[in-house]
Amino acid sequence: MIRLVLAFLSLVPLAAGAQDAKKEIEKYQQMLGDGSPAELWELEGEALWKKPLGPKSVSLEKCDLGLGAGKVAGAYARLPRYFKDTDKVQDLESRLLTCMTDLQGRSLKDATARLFGNADRPSEMEYLVSYIVGQSRGHKMAAPVSHPKERASYELGRKVFFYRAGSWDFSCASCHGEADKRIRMQDLPVLSEPAGAQKAYTTWPAYRVSNSQLKTMQWRINDCYRQMRFPEPEFASETTIALTHYLAVTAKGAPYRGPGTKR
Amino acid sequence: MTHPMTTAQSNQPLHFIQNITVKQNGKAVVEAQISQAISRNPVFTFRIKGGAKGDKIEVSWLDNKGETSSIEAAVA
Repeated sequence: MIRLVLAFLSLVPLAAGAQDAKKEIEKYQQMLGDGSPAELWELEGEALWKKPLGPKSVSLEKCDLGLGAGKVAGAYARLPRYFKDTDKVQDLESRLLTCMTDLQGRSLKDATARLFGNADRPSEMEYLVSYIVGQSRGHKMAAPVSHPKERASYELGRKVFFYRAGSWDFSCASCHGEADKRIRMQDLPVLSEPAGAQKAYTTWPAYRVSNSQLKTMQWRINDCYRQMRFPEPEFASETTIALTHYLAVTAKGAPYRGPGTKR
Repeated sequence: MTHPMTTAQSNQPLHFIQNITVKQNGKAVVEAQISQAISRNPVFTFRIKGGAKGDKIEVSWLDNKGETSSIEAAVA
């Protein structure tokens, strides 16, 4: 990434002016978005989606992500949502786990054996998520809140967003509830308002250059809780799905632009 | 390109792409020499003059261990 290196160099003399630095970061992000290693993850994910796996040796191609069995285009933009067969509100990751266990006949233990990968060995979940979300590029975010359980999930998510606890007495809103806050040079979006949620939520999941890896939304939330010094939340739990649901509904109407690329 | 691009700063043996070649219908149009300064899983964007539909584009790389990989595609 020759251009990427140049962008770093040009940041140095601008450290004095925060506004200029902000512009340069935006430029850097634009350049990153131009061509992203996330594409490699999408390709791997598509191959995995179509690969027969598990005791039943079937692929995930018949997986119902909410729009009907095997319908992938635009499915992510309408998640989380209520699913009749599980009688639960599910996000993409939890729905994939349902398909791995129900369709492929795998045990939950097997399906959840390696949810977060690393740069040397990404996880199956990260590959699959990349492919599915990429199929919603350009689709407007439209997570439903019409079913009573969807309503309840959204309300729980909102409560969780503002819930302060842990050794630092933090909540999501401590960092993401007020305008013009930042961590180091990163501006923090106000996720409880549509503008902020739209900007951030439509670019996750994302490839993180600093990790050389694609990160899922469940990872994003998991790591926010680590940063807030909370106990580690369970992957695809009711709480993390509800929080994702709250963000997705708040981001309503904006076209999906991911998988994104982050610093 | 999926490549670890291991640098001298890590404790692992050096492993990075050194040469990238882009051929258009068998003729080299881009020859790049890169180093450890390039990130893992690097992405390159390039423009070529006079490309036409159906032109065969071949991209290949060679790393410091002599490993190589290439891929071909037609201009759509």
